[in-house]
Amino acid sequence: MPGRGWLARWPVIRQLTGEDGRSDAARSARTDALRPRTEEAGTVARSICPYCAVGCGQLVYVKDGEVTQIEGDPDSPISRGRLCPKGSASKQLVTHPGRQTQVLYRRPYGTGWERLDLDTAMEMIADRVARTRRETWEETHEGRVVRRTLGIASLGGATLDDEENYLMKKLYTALGAIQVENQARI
Amino acid sequence: MAERMGFFTDTSVCIGCKACEVACKEWNQIPDDGFVFEATSYDNTGMLGASTWRHVAFIEQSRPVLAGDDEGVDRWLMSSDVCKHCTHAACLDVCPTGALFRTEFDTVVVQADICNGCGYCVPACPYGVIDRREGDGRAWKCTMCYDRQLGGLEPACAKACPTDSIQFGPLDELRERAEERVTRLRADGNEEARLYGESPGDGVGGAGAFFLLLDEPEVYGLPPDPVVTTRDLPAMWRWAGAAALSAAGAVALAFLGPSRGGGRR
Amino acid sequence: MAECHPVGFQWVMEAKARGAKVFHVDPRFTRTSALADRHLPIRAGSDIVLLGALIHHVLENELDFREYVLAYTNAATIVSEDFRDTEDLDGLFSGWDQEAATYDPRSWAYEPSGEQPPADQAEGGPRDAEAAGADTYGAGGPAAHPSPRTDPTLTHPRCVYQIVKRHFARYTPELVERLCGIPRDGFAELAEAVTANSGRERTTAWVYSVGWTQHTVGAQYIRTASILQLLLGNMGRPGGGILALRGHASIQGSTDIPTLFNILPGYLDMPHAERHGGLDHYLEVEGGTTGFWGNRRSYVVSLLKAWWGEAATEENDFCFGHLPRMTGDHGHYTTVMGQIDGTVKGYFVVGENPAVGSSGGRAQRLGLANLDWLVVRDLTLVETATFWLDGPELETGELRTEDIGTEVFFLPAASHVEKEGTFTNTQRLLQWREKALDPPGDCRSELWFYHHLGKLLRQRMTDDEIDRPVRELTWDYPEHGVHREPSAEAVLREINGVGPDGRALSNSTQLRPDGSTACGCWIYCGVYADEVNQAARRRPGREQSAVAPEWGWAWPANRRILYNRASADPEGNPWSERKAYVWWDAGRGEWTGQDVPDCEIGKPPGYEPPEGARAQAALAGTDPFIMQSDGKGWLYVPAGLVDGPLPAHYEPHESPVANPLYAQQANPARRTYHRPESPYNAPGGRFPYVLTTYRLTEHHTAGGMSRPLAYLAELQPELFCEVSPQLAGQLGLANGGWATIVTSRAVVEARVLVTGRMRPLRVEGRVVHQVGLPYHWGWGGGGLVTGDVANDLMPLVLDPNVYIQEGKAMTCDVRPGRRPRGRAALDLLERYRHG
Repeated sequence: MPGRGWLARWPVIRQLTGEDGRSDAARSARTDALRPRTEEAGTVARSICPYCAVGCGQLVYVKDGEVTQIEGDPDSPISRGRLCPKGSASKQLVTHPGRQTQVLYRRPYGTGWERLDLDTAMEMIADRVARTRRETWEETHEGRVVRRTLGIASLGGATLDDEENYLMKKLYTALGAIQVENQARI
Repeated sequence: MAERMGFFTDTSVCIGCKACEVACKEWNQIPDDGFVFEATSYDNTGMLGASTWRHVAFIEQSRPVLAGDDEGVDRWLMSSDVCKHCTHAACLDVCPTGALFRTEFDTVVVQADICNGCGYCVPACPYGVIDRREGDGRAWKCTMCYDRQLGGLEPACAKACPTDSIQFGPLDELRERAEERVTRLRADGNEEARLYGESPGDGVGGAGAFFLLLDEPEVYGLPPDPVVTTRDLPAMWRWAGAAALSAAGAVALAFLGPSRGGGRR
Repeated sequence: MAECHPVGFQWVMEAKARGAKVFHVDPRFTRTSALADRHLPIRAGSDIVLLGALIHHVLENELDFREYVLAYTNAATIVSEDFRDTEDLDGLFSGWDQEAATYDPRSWAYEPSGEQPPADQAEGGPRDAEAAGADTYGAGGPAAHPSPRTDPTLTHPRCVYQIVKRHFARYTPELVERLCGIPRDGFAELAEAVTANSGRERTTAWVYSVGWTQHTVGAQYIRTASILQLLLGNMGRPGGGILALRGHASIQGSTDIPTLFNILPGYLDMPHAERHGGLDHYLEVEGGTTGFWGNRRSYVVSLLKAWWGEAATEENDFCFGHLPRMTGDHGHYTTVMGQIDGTVKGYFVVGENPAVGSSGGRAQRLGLANLDWLVVRDLTLVETATFWLDGPELETGELRTEDIGTEVFFLPAASHVEKEGTFTNTQRLLQWREKALDPPGDCRSELWFYHHLGKLLRQRMTDDEIDRPVRELTWDYPEHGVHREPSAEAVLREINGVGPDGRALSNSTQLRPDGSTACGCWIYCGVYADEVNQAARRRPGREQSAVAPEWGWAWPANRRILYNRASADPEGNPWSERKAYVWWDAGRGEWTGQDVPDCEIGKPPGYEPPEGARAQAALAGTDPFIMQSDGKGWLYVPAGLVDGPLPAHYEPHESPVANPLYAQQANPARRTYHRPESPYNAPGGRFPYVLTTYRLTEHHTAGGMSRPLAYLAELQPELFCEVSPQLAGQLGLANGGWATIVTSRAVVEARVLVTGRMRPLRVEGRVVHQVGLPYHWGWGGGGLVTGDVANDLMPLVLDPNVYIQEGKAMTCDVRPGRRPRGRAALDLLERYRHG
């Protein structure tokens, strides 16, 4: 190899100097440095696919606060490392540019979205829940005690965690909100 | 050189889920290929190209159905196509820049940092696999996840494949496994089951990525008898090398010039 | 299964490679059909005929697994002489009240029936019918006499075996051909395979998804399969069962710990104002005292202790009065009607997209437009959040943005990798997810949202009595990190439950009725055994047996196959070496095997319950179905279902075919909503085709998690309809062109995919065409690809037991070309409704 450094490693030069142009000689420095990017991950979280209920194992590779790869977990006796197209697209699910990361607010009769601070939104929502609950409270129904509100309803849960469903059901029930439903009904 | 690694795609267990297409794109960070409804069975990505390195073909076959007068589809063939990583790879033979090279795993890889987009490789491929990407200009194709292999990992498509239709491993082992599988399928009455691309005696010297098909290759859009386009040009490489010399020399000078100039300051 | 659960399908392929024969019964030839040994195309909505004919085949030819049937099912049980079958009453069972449109189920009981409650208190009676009460019985069945009269010779005319045999006598291969469109040779092949692969040495499994549930007789579809599987001895045994493949990551978990109106965690009923008084009365009328449900008081009291802690005492009924009461149907579709009518003011939608995903989307959106406030939490701006800005009703002029008063909060959600917690998969397996990183921007988990909302609400509570349940609620989860994320493990530990010593419990048998234990969901008790998060266990599959008991944790008690006592014969020995799973080890005096035995581990097979025994002690050592009050698998259901003790074929609510079996055309107990927002198709020629909807492997449900992803969107970029070449020829539909699909609810356009995979079927002597529509598209939702909403076409008509809508079989018309726009679309609909 003539000399050292980038010029010497340039494939064309290496080919010209007699190395086998179609194998080692043609390698660029970038090629030489290639490694699977998963090796650079700072952490690997053991996770589960968020799509259907088969429950395939996933490994989530994170480097510098970014998800760099999500692929199947070969340890899983359910999936053995395999993923379907949706599971294989999980990294895009969590990193795609269309994902919303800001609170948005539409005032009554408004014609567009407005920004809202998360804490403010939480306070406003709590105000509305408390007010609607009180305004629609039903102590009795046709003479029987019911202690509930039909003014507040909720939908969703099948895409969420068990712990989340638990807090939802617990809080809604304490509030007297009974119209609580999720995808299992459809 | 390490053992020759390859793909064995057993289309008899392919469920057409396209996990291979997606897993490939996620790993290799390939752009989407546009959003066009093709009305061609369930295939909307069309063919292998610069931004589709795995492509699942769907073939609906109609035959007279049981106890009825009507004809209906009774066989839906699915097959995940990929670069064949030929033993005699024409794309590599014609590449004037050395962007295409043969790896230690005996696979054929384009180096994006070298490819100048000349496009010689595109017509050279007997399968129509390699292609230039619009806007980018460079040639792209399956690398058999060369970077993953360097870390001892299997390619993304093979890892994801739910039914193990795509198998990755030492080519010799895969060939043995494929022989057993085709024998069994034939014994079970699939008389048309055959291997495609596994024979070192074929026109490309055998493919590093070969297939088990349930019908004629043409049915899947594969050339029945592919021949390396550079077969009759054994001196091609020397010719291309000479061509590259003049180009490289010019470029090298262009680089060296400013560098020297800087040194004078 | 290959289509919607591809990774699960790897096991089917393995079984096939080892010699299993795979049948696929589906209206369409799908990717699953492509890999099956045999595809049987069926007319959507006719499955009870097919399954019923298999039952008929088994009984006519005495192919049942007699020893199993006698020991483990209620085949020998004698039924009340008051019972009348659909065969006697032309499609109705005894007890039908035409005026109330509900059954009084008391005549269906075993003999002697004992003392029965009044009709409106009966399980499966009218009060249950109007509140999806039957839903809870799926977990264990209602009370039935624990030791009814039996005839082990199975010859008594009123024994269950004979009743079932008579009931299905007209479900013949000829009927299958006439109604399902399945030719006789196809049926014969199926019947032969199913029966040949059942018995001591072999088992057969049935796998279903919403193709079986989304019907007005959905629960009875599953019932029919249960009868067949019990007769063949395929329940509680390896390789057997009826396996529901569910479509969301934790849809099983959200049923176990229900965000559902009619149940509390662990399939306990929500109290009903008219059926239940205080705790004692509730326990008295809910379920039997025998079998494991006999411990119901422990389950309920422990739940109340988990929720109201110190405040829940023996003296105050453990705060049972804090629970709000149902008075009827408070389900999803009734809630939407409440929105339209103005009673529902505020709505939370979390990780669901009803504007696209629910039946009758127009009614959904009209409901959303009439709210005071709406909170949507999701990863992207799904259509439910943007209906006021770009919904289809704006295009038709039915709504105007500036007239919509709904205040909308969109709160971005954390993704599955940005929070920790468990999903419960389709096999009841809880799997813990580690958190990979913090969520970006304002994104937060639902755990964070509800935890902090609860705290903010508690700040707003007063001394008022109505605020007591919130004030006294246990709500003090530890927080961590910059976002003050509550600890999911603390919540899971509360779900698991703690004993008097404050330590995590390890099994639900430790729960007590006296308030000394607290447990948020009794069936999950053990997930935190030994203070260890058992759901986080990840011993690699290759280092374990095929059962893989050390990967995650399955409820109950980490059992992987339910009712696995039935995998051994009555004496406790495996039915065969090949199918050995759990068995009685006489030497050690306990049950053992590959799985956690689903029975009391020390109860010998010869155990006979003493007179007056309660709970599990009332079950014999041969009773495998331990949640049932009699420990038996029910071929015939003496109580609990609101539409009959046996499945009968009824046509879908909208069908082009007259029911040839009975004068009763459709399920008489089905729930309908006669509303102008969502009218039904008139019978007759205006809607001549059968429409069915489904998913594709490239997308997910209403598309919120797939349409915005380039890698998925490019694979299936547009809504399309699948039609046969014959129908395409008849209507002039061109492959790749456009078609317009019309029902009374909506007019939808789709690209045309002409395919021989759709086959016209010969039904009742004429050709029936079926049209298929995947339902993943909507007009926006941050999607890279958009399309009309297929679910807008669907009728609001429900199964009466579980309130699931009939989304898999309805009628429609199809026209070539694109749909009209704006007002013209409404005019077209008007013509179809009244024209």
